[in-house]
Amino acid sequence: MIDQLFTEAVLVGILASGIRLATPYLYASIGETFSQRSGVLNLGVEGQMLLGAFTAFYISFNTGNLWFGLLAAMMVGLLMGLAMAFVSINLQAEQGISGIGFYLFGLGLSDLLFQKLLGTVETVSGFRPIHIPWLSDVPIIGKIFFSQNILVYGAYLLVVIAWFVMNKTTLGLKIKAVGESPQAADSLGVSVSKVRYFTVSLGGVFSAIAGASLSIALLNVFQQNMTSGLGFIAVALVYFGGWRPFAVMGGALLFSMVNSLQLWVQVLNIPIPSDFAVMMPYVLTIIALVITVQRVRQPSALTKPFERGH
Amino acid sequence: MERWRHSEALSKLVDTLLPVFATLAALAIGAIMLLLLGANPLEAFGALIDGAFGSVNALADTLVKATPLLLIGLGICISFRGNVINIGGEGQMIIGALSATALGLAFPESPGIVMIPLAMIIGFLGGAIWGGIPGALKAYFNVNEILSTIMMNAIAVQLMNFLLSGPMIDPVQASKASKIPQTARLANDFDLPRLIPTRLHLGTLIAVVLAVLVYILLWRTTLGYRIRAVGQNPHASRYAGIDVKKQVVLALFLSGAFAGLAGATQVFGVNHRMITDGSATGFTGSAGFNGIVAALFGQLHPIGTIPAAFLFGALLVGANKIQRVVQVPSAVIIALNGLVVVFVVSSEIWRRRREQKRLTDAMISKEDKPPPQLEPLTDTEGEA
Repeated sequence: MIDQLFTEAVLVGILASGIRLATPYLYASIGETFSQRSGVLNLGVEGQMLLGAFTAFYISFNTGNLWFGLLAAMMVGLLMGLAMAFVSINLQAEQGISGIGFYLFGLGLSDLLFQKLLGTVETVSGFRPIHIPWLSDVPIIGKIFFSQNILVYGAYLLVVIAWFVMNKTTLGLKIKAVGESPQAADSLGVSVSKVRYFTVSLGGVFSAIAGASLSIALLNVFQQNMTSGLGFIAVALVYFGGWRPFAVMGGALLFSMVNSLQLWVQVLNIPIPSDFAVMMPYVLTIIALVITVQRVRQPSALTKPFERGH
Repeated sequence: MERWRHSEALSKLVDTLLPVFATLAALAIGAIMLLLLGANPLEAFGALIDGAFGSVNALADTLVKATPLLLIGLGICISFRGNVINIGGEGQMIIGALSATALGLAFPESPGIVMIPLAMIIGFLGGAIWGGIPGALKAYFNVNEILSTIMMNAIAVQLMNFLLSGPMIDPVQASKASKIPQTARLANDFDLPRLIPTRLHLGTLIAVVLAVLVYILLWRTTLGYRIRAVGQNPHASRYAGIDVKKQVVLALFLSGAFAGLAGATQVFGVNHRMITDGSATGFTGSAGFNGIVAALFGQLHPIGTIPAAFLFGALLVGANKIQRVVQVPSAVIIALNGLVVVFVVSSEIWRRRREQKRLTDAMISKEDKPPPQLEPLTDTEGEA
């Protein structure tokens, strides 16, 4: 039974789908990294993902153009991000709770729209794999890394860009300053609220792309609550990766590989109850948090609203 | 002096009504959503009110729906007052229900008068342990409790799905092809007593009595004082000799306990078996999240949570009627609840602003006396 897992075809399959399944985690958690680095915990990621997933699917389904779908999802994500920013920055609401509110809002609204506008589970033909010339012909590696769809490549590119922005640009410096010491940043003339508005809305856009990657690139369907906790795991991955893009990517890969293994275990009918297999990523998240939270310090101003003169 | 008292009372009234205004604002957005969906909001809200209060049975259903919200809300009052954000009500409710059900199934012959209190206690403890784990992780390993409680929810759901479709499955279902994930019906003797000839059961009364007890716990006992002190200023509490870590664990332990009890009463009072539909909220009906909404709405005050839970119970029962009358899926209520949460926590800013102003005013008028530095520990909210 177990030795079925160790054939070349299966191992390549596990790794290739592991690389692919990391996509939603990557978009969502890189977006969340930006907003947390600037001091805002956006716990509404899951809700933003669901609305993004629905919008992308619905628009693609009706126009037949996946890019329109993606763009529409990004707009919805932007709106949700701006709402979260307004509530956390201007109204200084407790972020852990307002985020849950946005989650419920996204969960309910996406379900409502799904039932009202679609009614049944439909499918679209999502983004197709792009075989990169030469590289995709390399045995094993080609199948694993270079035969993926555009949103998968985009997710990994995003990690590199996020690292560059965070560590090599003034913008990154401002974001980190605002998250570590908003008072100091403010006295140097950096607008704390502008920076936070930017990062939180950016996070909203990326969460929506994460949702879209599920509905029009990986699974090509929309269902109620189709993210089933993925957005919350993405938030946990940011802690796990210690707020650094490449470490966050490491965490995302670890999770997607476990997930992919879990799916293949079910496909191959290996007798492990599927409920326990599905449970694994969550147990792993808790263990991962216990191990990592010890050694990395979170941004000092995380979840703390900023007000001049305090 | 008279005038000062007058304005004090007025601003307290505004504080109390703040969540009501916030909810009205959320409902206004809900009305726009309904309009966009082609439904008449007035008709929808009319259906909601009729569905929730229109008859004795409707009213009883509302109270039954409100019961788990109140119990979970009470737990939320405890943990949030201790500045511990418990998002794990869902999982704690599931584990409480699972443990109580397992006990009931294991001893079907025992007399109800023994089983019912025992099952409630076991449910209470089950939830407490499921809450205590993230509590201990926060206190001793510095793990963010928001994340760990969310993960514990997902783990509990999978555990429930496994048990209800495997080891604990109803023998009748086990032989069928459909295999509904549910346990066998508990012995009739274990049904929580009905209060009037409706679905209203003893659990509702227990929840109201517990609300009073939680109020006493939080504002009239040392334990409650410590939890609140840690919630307001962990550093000062540590200097005062309070074991901060222990209070954090206790806050989540107690918070989980009430959610566990909610699960046990749901099984013994409503379904008489544990049943789910395979989805994450199949058993709880999102009570773990809605309980947070109720507690926030009640301004984290156990007594205030009673009417708040009633209101949200009404929303949930009324939602079904909305679905029937104006053909808008009841998911609209989940979205609305989300908006209410956002609006209620956002409206807190006005209360904080006024409180700050009150403090500064007090300091200005009593220039010669030292400022009231320990104000938070003798807070007046509890006397509302």
